[in-house]
Amino acid sequence: MSTFTGTVTQAARPEGFGRARVFLKRLRSGDEVAHLITLIFALFIFLITCMLVYELYIHSAIPRRRFGWHFLISRAWDPVFEHFGALPFIYGTLVTSAIALLIAVPLGVGGAIFLAEFAPAQISDGLTFVVELLAAVPSVIYGLLGIFIVIPLLRDSVDPFLQKHLGFLPLFQGPIYGVGFLAAGLVLAIMIVPFILSISREVLLAVPTEQREAALAVGATRWESTWQVVVPYARAGILGSVFLALARALGETMAVTMVIGNTPQISASLFAPGYSIAAVIANEFTEATGAAYLQSLIALGLALFILTIILNGVARLLILATTGRGTAH
Amino acid sequence: MGAVTNLSSMSSEANRGEQLTGRLLRSFEPKFRVSHLNFYYGAVQALHDISLAIPQNQITALIGPSGCGKSTFLRTLNRMSETIRHTRVEGEILLDNEDIFSMDLVTLRRRVGMVFQKPNPFPKTIFDNVAYGLRVNGGHRGAALADAVEASLRRAALWDEVKDQLGKSALALSGGQQQRLCIARALAVNPEVLLLDEPCSALDPIATAKIEDLMFTLKENCTILIVTHSMQQAARVSTHTGFFLLGKLIEFNETDILFKKPLRKETEDYITGRFG
Repeated sequence: MSTFTGTVTQAARPEGFGRARVFLKRLRSGDEVAHLITLIFALFIFLITCMLVYELYIHSAIPRRRFGWHFLISRAWDPVFEHFGALPFIYGTLVTSAIALLIAVPLGVGGAIFLAEFAPAQISDGLTFVVELLAAVPSVIYGLLGIFIVIPLLRDSVDPFLQKHLGFLPLFQGPIYGVGFLAAGLVLAIMIVPFILSISREVLLAVPTEQREAALAVGATRWESTWQVVVPYARAGILGSVFLALARALGETMAVTMVIGNTPQISASLFAPGYSIAAVIANEFTEATGAAYLQSLIALGLALFILTIILNGVARLLILATTGRGTAH
Repeated sequence: MGAVTNLSSMSSEANRGEQLTGRLLRSFEPKFRVSHLNFYYGAVQALHDISLAIPQNQITALIGPSGCGKSTFLRTLNRMSETIRHTRVEGEILLDNEDIFSMDLVTLRRRVGMVFQKPNPFPKTIFDNVAYGLRVNGGHRGAALADAVEASLRRAALWDEVKDQLGKSALALSGGQQQRLCIARALAVNPEVLLLDEPCSALDPIATAKIEDLMFTLKENCTILIVTHSMQQAARVSTHTGFFLLGKLIEFNETDILFKKPLRKETEDYITGRFG
């Protein structure tokens, strides 16, 4: 932008035009108009973010005043006596997202490696189409999938199996309901795999062919070239896809509330029912009668927003740290 | 394998060509023997019935206009052409009398190294770039690995420039240094043959001169094939030259003879600039 306008100004000056003339000339050429319009669009994003934070902050005054930081570490959730705490919801959000990432990252990245590096072109394109279709499925459908397939499967087969063989871990102890952290994590995993897969595939395909050839030319096998050269080259983009998926998992509402059990409790067992921030806001917003109740839900929203910002910040730092050493970017 | 040049596309002249090359081309110890090589990209035939022998421990240049198939030919010699989908190859290529198409791919590429048109260092440190081939092929560890890396960098005439910054990113090097680093990386696994695919096309004249000097020293232990757009470069560095046109090998001879007394009209037109 600056170089372009600079040359225009210089070209116009010898003829002795004033600044206004120059501006009008540029206005006519559409440059200034395009600048202004796109600037307004960009400012909108900023404005919306500011309004969001402002609203969340203003309307969570009561719990912030009454509970302070204690709100974040309290396990209470008692609308009758108006004792509210965010911890079970933060816990549920983090645990389900962690389970989702644990399952979805190997699946998504592995699938992306296959589609980008090993699959024949037709199969790769066909499967990618299906994957991108999955990314567009509404979350309530995934919730139904969870209720009708994932939960019965967990309750009848997977959970008993895990309890039998890994029951010595607190993670897999206690009664089996079907609904719970594991079910929510699994449904979230299914939902975010398409994101990780399709973005990682694009990133892997963008790795220059010369990199692969350089590895092959010194006697690397196809897999060595992929794993030691192509994947590290694409590392920043793959991490980016993972964090985008994480953001989706943290904020997912519908599918989670359908399978998590909606019980505000903290339990070491993944079989136990729990609750997530997004789910409790959606479920209880319409029935939140008192101001303290309503504002506590909004405070939860603020907590989720801050949680997302923190995790995204960590993600940026992680990407910077891993790509700083000898990478092209 | 008496016929080094194949002119089957012009059958009436084939015998004359064989006689002439037989007379002018002194016999040599061949490293590669290629016979009746056809190469296809899908339905498009890129190489037509190529037959020639590549002399051992010499520098052989392949010249010709863009799209003539010289790079494609080079890439069949270490079967790098197979990385492109929908390609097909017919014919025989022998490396020291061993059929490369029945050879283990990893072994072949260890024996036949390659340096590409655009410098393509890995986004790793200088040390790790050179060490890559050694690590992949196993064997070298610790001090032995460091020694091998130093030896390769010395052979590529890069050691003095980078010895104090081995831990730095290879991408911080200049283009010419990067290309010599790629040569060092290729040399690290001690290849018998080095394929250079227009290695200087992205470099300035000084960097080019360094790489050309390097080729002369490497030739003692290595058979070198270089694809080049520059006829001056071919004339400067090579002992033998092959001229490709439209997927056919038009003429193959000692460089002096090919440039001074080409046997074929097409060759003469090309080197005198009346073509392309």
